[in-house]
Amino acid sequence: MARMTMIEAVRSAMDVSMGRDEDVVVFGEDVGYFGGVFRCTQGLQAKYGKTRCFDAPISESGIVGTAIGMAAYGLKPCVEIQFADYMYPAYDQLTQEAARIRYRSNGDFTCPIVVRMPTGGGIFGGQTHSQSPEALFTHVCGLKVIVPSNPYDAKGLLISAIEDPDPVMFLEPKRLYNGPFDGHHERPVTPWSKHALGDVPEGHYSIPIGKAEIRRKGSAVTVIAYGTMVHVALAAVEETGIDAEVIDLRSLLPLDLETIVQSVTKTGRCVVVHEATLTSGFGGELVALVQEHCFYHLEAPVVRVTGWDTPYPHAQEWDYFPGPARVGRALTEAMEA
Amino acid sequence: MDEFSRLSLHIPEPAVRPGDQPDFSTVKIPKAGSVPRPEVDVEPETIRDLAYSIIRVLNREGEAVGPWAGLLSDEELLTGLRHMMMLRAFDARMLMAQRQGKTSFYMQHLGEEAVSCAFRRALRKGDMNFPTYRQAGLLIADDYPMVEMMNQIFSNENDPCHGRQLPVMYTSKEHGFFTISGNLATQYVQAVGWAMASAIKNDTRIAAGWIGDGSTAESDFHSSLVFASTYKAPVILNIVNNQWAISTFQGIARGGSGTFAARGLGFGIPALRVDGNDYLAVYAVARWAAERARRNLGPTLIEYVTYRVGAHSTSDDPSAYRPKTESEAWPLGDPVLRLKKHLIVRGAWSEERHAQAEAEIMDQVIQAQKEAESHGTLHAGGRPSVRDIFEGVYAEMPPHIRRQRQKAGY
Repeated sequence: MARMTMIEAVRSAMDVSMGRDEDVVVFGEDVGYFGGVFRCTQGLQAKYGKTRCFDAPISESGIVGTAIGMAAYGLKPCVEIQFADYMYPAYDQLTQEAARIRYRSNGDFTCPIVVRMPTGGGIFGGQTHSQSPEALFTHVCGLKVIVPSNPYDAKGLLISAIEDPDPVMFLEPKRLYNGPFDGHHERPVTPWSKHALGDVPEGHYSIPIGKAEIRRKGSAVTVIAYGTMVHVALAAVEETGIDAEVIDLRSLLPLDLETIVQSVTKTGRCVVVHEATLTSGFGGELVALVQEHCFYHLEAPVVRVTGWDTPYPHAQEWDYFPGPARVGRALTEAMEA
Repeated sequence: MDEFSRLSLHIPEPAVRPGDQPDFSTVKIPKAGSVPRPEVDVEPETIRDLAYSIIRVLNREGEAVGPWAGLLSDEELLTGLRHMMMLRAFDARMLMAQRQGKTSFYMQHLGEEAVSCAFRRALRKGDMNFPTYRQAGLLIADDYPMVEMMNQIFSNENDPCHGRQLPVMYTSKEHGFFTISGNLATQYVQAVGWAMASAIKNDTRIAAGWIGDGSTAESDFHSSLVFASTYKAPVILNIVNNQWAISTFQGIARGGSGTFAARGLGFGIPALRVDGNDYLAVYAVARWAAERARRNLGPTLIEYVTYRVGAHSTSDDPSAYRPKTESEAWPLGDPVLRLKKHLIVRGAWSEERHAQAEAEIMDQVIQAQKEAESHGTLHAGGRPSVRDIFEGVYAEMPPHIRRQRQKAGY
């Protein structure tokens, strides 16, 4: 076991995978010599050579497009999009190509790629470094979508993603890179070294894609969250004293519906939390599923807490970010309904 | 009074429209054999002229002349002629089948047969093409079974794609033919990625990307050239300039650059323009580019100058936007007739043998069609299962898709 930040855990996952499988290659903008703007690939070029970890031109469609071609050849590319907000030029390659190659060719060709991207806000990144575009991926059949909330999961899930036979979108909440940020921006963040989930095995292990984890057991209300919002929700639960059960989805597609249904059936109340905008967000899908599968157990309307339906602002970051106070109010609302 | 008058927007127009006399006087056609053949390790800077000329081998008399001639034997040329004739017969039957309602859609190659048929012969087994929908000659010239192509077109019970993909969007890894997407330009950069992978693995195989004149306007074309140039990928980047992108003449995508091949020059990629209706010239240039790639010298850009004689697809009517007789005025002639003439001049072929071959090939195509139709056509006979809708989205079916399949009753 070692103490790792989420950056180190992600790097370790790529390191372990590259060491085990010569077909794993890593590239993206600033990824090679420098090791990535968040340093996730630091040292990989020195260790595995320039043809296995290298810098790419600033062309997201080119990065994903060449990765698809490499996967068709038989490699397992794990590429980085510098910020999730930069993903859009690659969206055509992801939706119409990566996601459909297995299907349209009936398995003659496949597309085992991983596209890593830092997601979410909390770093004063403004409109172009703060977005959470996960719903744009969950709406695409053929992709898998992962959002880890801690170093242990990040490493185990990234290894699974690299070993997966299909394209996986791996969204890394950038505000969690250095610690379990709970939304209290005015306080110093606890480093991962002081958190149990900062304990990460140095070698190979994997976490199955499609399994949620219950972060806190409770009986009064179910909170469904992922990424940064898991820690925000846990803080809100502690501060309100409500005995909530907090589910960390980890994987949005495929989704662990069973864990959700079991929990909501037990508690009869549900709050869905994400940082992305409200309208047509992934929360809408979660609420629909809860309604379809748990309607007769529900004692209150399901409540959503999300970013506002506006671009991510700069100066007003903490009025936009759905912090523990907003989640706390939603918990109270669900309990009092 | 301002020294500048008001601005106006320039909208390019083709020289002629329906009702006008076809006019290709602006298409400069160099004499066959007049363009030099550089060494494959030439400095790209020194052959910039080749992006503005047209490499041609067959002259008006049907002779093969100049430095790009002399690569193919009688037997290889006869094989090439047979492939082009097969593709033409195949197209004729499938067009008819579409009109008879046996499939929803078809795209023919009329006039462009030499491009894909000759190119395939310059590649080796194991190389990979990332084709568009107008390169079925890559399959035919690699002896892919015609019945399989028809099964795909008819979306029948033996369709290799299980009914999931539009007609003519074939796939065959075994025959070096990447699954055709149907949207444009995306696969060009994938070819570059495949080639990069081959180089990463110190393999000997090369890749070829395909794009049309119109689709070079897509940003993926630019990305492809950047990546190919930066990493010196062992890839051949093919542009098939058949003059028309559905109803849009090539000037709309080309802008002021003169030729499509010239797009490669800014990237330091050797760029060659070739007579796309000349089987020998296409083969010679493709071989040159393949040799460059195999010697690890990097990418080559090739523009095939040809003409789309038929409609864009069965959903298109070209008489609405270009003169009906334009294809007859096309100065580079017909690829099948030109190779036929050359073989006759060589003394390896005759009118009689040609007529006989035509009949035999048509018979072969009809036999293949009968076999394919015995497995069904789009609306009759054997068809893929409804289960096939749900299979293969992922390697392993996730629970939500399984629930939907059960809901559909399968």
